[in-house]
Amino acid sequence: MIQSIDYYAVAPLLILALTAGLVLILDAFLPHRPYVRRALGGVTLAGVTGALAVVVSQAMRTGGPLKTFCVPDGLLGPSGGAGGGAALLTVPPVAGQAAAAPCSFVVDDFTLIFAGLALAAGIVVVLLSAAELSSGDIPVGEWYFLLLCMLAGAVALPASRDLIMLLVALELVSLPVFALTALKRYDGRSSEAAVKLFLVSVVSTAVMLFGVSLLYGTTGTVYLDRIAQILREGVPPSIAGLSPGQGVAGVYSSSLEISHDLPAVVTAAVVLVLAGFAFKIAAVPFHAWAGDVYQGAPIPVAALLSVISKAAGFAGLILILVIALGSQAATWVPLIAIIAALTMTVGNLLAMRQRHAVRLLAWSSVAQSGYILAPLGVRNDAAMSASIAYLVFYAAMNIGAFAVVMLVSRRSSRNELDDYRGLVFQNPAAGLALAFFLICLAGLPPGLAGLFAKIVVFREIVDGGGGWLAVVMAVNTVIGLYYYVAWAVRIFTPAPVTTGGVMDMTAGAGGSRTGWVPAGVAIALAAIIAVAFSIAPQIVLDLLPAEFITPG
Amino acid sequence: MSWVLIALLGVPLAGAAVLLAPSRTDAVARGRLLRVHGLAVSGVTFALSVVLAAGFDYGDAARVQFSTDLAWIPGLDLRFHLGLDGISLPLVVLTTLLTFLCFVYLCWGSADGPGQLLRPKAGGNRPRALVFTLLILEVGMIGTFLALDLLLFFVFFEVVLIPMYFVIAIWGGRARRAAAIKFILYTLLGSAVLLLGLLLIWAQTGTLDMVALARAQGAGMSRSVQIIAFIAVGIGFAVKTPMWPLHTWLPDAHTEAPTVGSVLLAGVLLKMGTYGFARIAIPVLPDGAAAAAPWLGAFAVIGIIYGSLACLAQRDLKRMIAYSSVGHMGFVLLGFATLTPVGFNAALFGNIAHGLITALLFFIAGAIKERHGTSVMPALGGGMLSRLPHLGSLLTFACIASLGLPGLAGFWGEMLALLGAFEPAAGLSRPLYLTFMVIGGLGTVLTAAYFLLMLSRVTHGRGIKTIHAPVLAAVGGGTDPSRVAMGAGNARMRDVTSYELAAWVPLVGLILLFGLWPKALLLLTDPVVHTLLGAP
Repeated sequence: MIQSIDYYAVAPLLILALTAGLVLILDAFLPHRPYVRRALGGVTLAGVTGALAVVVSQAMRTGGPLKTFCVPDGLLGPSGGAGGGAALLTVPPVAGQAAAAPCSFVVDDFTLIFAGLALAAGIVVVLLSAAELSSGDIPVGEWYFLLLCMLAGAVALPASRDLIMLLVALELVSLPVFALTALKRYDGRSSEAAVKLFLVSVVSTAVMLFGVSLLYGTTGTVYLDRIAQILREGVPPSIAGLSPGQGVAGVYSSSLEISHDLPAVVTAAVVLVLAGFAFKIAAVPFHAWAGDVYQGAPIPVAALLSVISKAAGFAGLILILVIALGSQAATWVPLIAIIAALTMTVGNLLAMRQRHAVRLLAWSSVAQSGYILAPLGVRNDAAMSASIAYLVFYAAMNIGAFAVVMLVSRRSSRNELDDYRGLVFQNPAAGLALAFFLICLAGLPPGLAGLFAKIVVFREIVDGGGGWLAVVMAVNTVIGLYYYVAWAVRIFTPAPVTTGGVMDMTAGAGGSRTGWVPAGVAIALAAIIAVAFSIAPQIVLDLLPAEFITPG
Repeated sequence: MSWVLIALLGVPLAGAAVLLAPSRTDAVARGRLLRVHGLAVSGVTFALSVVLAAGFDYGDAARVQFSTDLAWIPGLDLRFHLGLDGISLPLVVLTTLLTFLCFVYLCWGSADGPGQLLRPKAGGNRPRALVFTLLILEVGMIGTFLALDLLLFFVFFEVVLIPMYFVIAIWGGRARRAAAIKFILYTLLGSAVLLLGLLLIWAQTGTLDMVALARAQGAGMSRSVQIIAFIAVGIGFAVKTPMWPLHTWLPDAHTEAPTVGSVLLAGVLLKMGTYGFARIAIPVLPDGAAAAAPWLGAFAVIGIIYGSLACLAQRDLKRMIAYSSVGHMGFVLLGFATLTPVGFNAALFGNIAHGLITALLFFIAGAIKERHGTSVMPALGGGMLSRLPHLGSLLTFACIASLGLPGLAGFWGEMLALLGAFEPAAGLSRPLYLTFMVIGGLGTVLTAAYFLLMLSRVTHGRGIKTIHAPVLAAVGGGTDPSRVAMGAGNARMRDVTSYELAAWVPLVGLILLFGLWPKALLLLTDPVVHTLLGAP
């Protein structure tokens, strides 16, 4: 049976994969000269930008979602259970329903927004990498290869509509990051971070795989929408045909009707899958790795972890929870609410005591995960867009903050908060940009992007009746503000005039000329986007998927 | 004419944006340019607000005039909806006036007098940043009073926080850092709760339009929802106002803030809280207000008594004025708590009067602190009227106005608030409000007591020698020690200077005007109050 592939739909992926191969080959065959480093960076940047261009063109396109890797027509019927793909498809299409073949790869609004986010953040990370790699003790070819592989995973993941594809994509996002973390050779912290990340990630994958296998075992299919359909058994096909697009009420009532029919093992599966993703997005109680790993990893990798990796984790979580387990909302909604509340509180409390810039960002991004999760902890339909909106705003602000931290870390390797004293006098552009990003993250004007992001989330929570969660989040916003503003104020207070510190600064500034330009461009890009989001947050809100995720 | 409202926000914003551009001129020329810039921008803004006041249709003060309604963020339902009516007009003019006077105070003359933070100083006191911050602050304050969309209101409400934080944290006194942190944490916690309340209103009614919401008089919201929303919104505004148990940020912030910071904080920022009660909390949530009014009134009178007693115990002049604000805002809240037109008018009048009087008081207290290097009353010694006759008499005038002498602006707000409490709205317990009235009346006596006590200590009596000054200057920190030491050496301080007079005389004039002719203001607020309360 010949599988027809829509190459346009998978073009971003292909571009990234091909560029990754190209980078590896170029690295092997080009002579080891300094310009190669820049050339490889340029190739990588071109690849990511090309992929982003395709994603944008896909977004401009009108018409239904692109689907590919579908089960061929010949295998759809109950009789065709011989082929490998069809063996997974044990449920015959319901009579009277337009039997759409389940597809593994779907490009819809949801996919595009996550892919665009990952690639845009990817551009910034590539630029930061160019700054990081200019020092020269990191193998360049391997670095860019791994980075591109990771981006390919981040683009593939939101498009996945079956469990296997989802897991493969998720591993594609996770695996290169261990190596990237460890690439700074002979650095104890870095290696420790890589080992920690590796262990945590492998354990979480194992836990998730167990949950996924239970899901497959009970439902007998890997396609997300089929799983949803089977879990919704007993509901008339007309409603089932609507797939998860109905309101909360429908989902709740259906879950009530059928809960006694489903084995308790489904609940166990839900909890296990949730735990697996909680590791990926560093949600409490699976957050402990964040601080050490972020601090130990090179800063571009920390930025990668906090934005792209986290976005991928959320994409997977939303896909599984909302599409496949929509009918199990009664099980996971309260669970997510509790996790969200704990995550934001613990993250903020840990961040409050930090003196190290990257550690502070690490814990604060844990707290931000909590805000992103919060709408999902109230309801599951419109709330999804609030989570995505927050994620997009957060990505722009956080990656910008990391870009400035990267710039400063080249001057003072300690990278403590006190090293930011008087930044605005030494480097007004970077100082103002960092202050703006921090105020955005805190969610105060003039950082309107952050404020509107919080309002979107608050609205969803209040609308969904999660009063206690809203209050917890309100208190957390204030805690978060304390440390963000305390950091922002340091930027504006003159540095204490100690000769040693000044000499250190100037020496560092002299030595860090190389790699200054790409970091500067990265900061400028992030700043432009954050300012645009502040003035016209409508840009993001318009991007959000108007209707539900297209099932496979 | 609706462009004026946008210009009112746009001029200070553009003025601040211009300051971001790098300049190549030398320090002296830049300093001069900066002073002219600050004066010009705030002056133009003030002129625009005067144009608004001139073009306002006084015959129809209840109608929202000059309205601008543009879609900003359809996804959030957020509209850029501005407008002006009888209760926002006085506050807008007050804001632009006080900002302008602050700039007059800072920029007039060669800008090297006491309190003029723009003077060049070793170590850099960053005049450009100060002008920038004050202009952004002005945008936030004006926007809060103009916004007619709940979320837009909230955005402007928040815009004010960061600039004020920096004003306290950078140009403040010795304990400025702690005071600034306390200020921002308190107000932020208030804002977060306020946001929840606003979103609850939105979730229940499906609109953010304040005019429509006020017209609906709470339709579409059940009583319990209204009570919850009122508590949330009320806490947000009560922190800002500040209401009694939530006031503790205020004395620290006022004491540590520089003169212009205190003036704007007391003169305008506190009004944002009371304006919120008048514009959002009470008209939009009438059932919630009715349920919570006795509590509001109780907290208000506790605030009155507590503020007065705290004032009696203060040794620091600025701290005492800060506590007196708690007492005066208690009267404003008591006015709101009666839910009657009389009480509402009293509150709105008291609002403006307090803005004028306390701004003047803080100006004068700042001037005293700059001259003596301290504002601790025993260290100031007595006899100011003989040593610095003009300053002493202005202080006396401001205190007398603040304690509510008939014929000055402070009187009407308090008197009408007590009158409102004499006959509260139907449905409220009359005996309770009579008790409030009695306690409030006691508060006016206490207010008079502490102001007169302060005057007797500071302005009257025998002056002590200023030999303390160098020591105090060393302690004072924020002031320029050489200047104070020089003043002490000559045993002669400069009395009121021209720039101080220029900044203060308009306030004195307005206090007299509203004291003698309260109708000027009540005429504006009364129609709106009747519309908002739905009273005939």
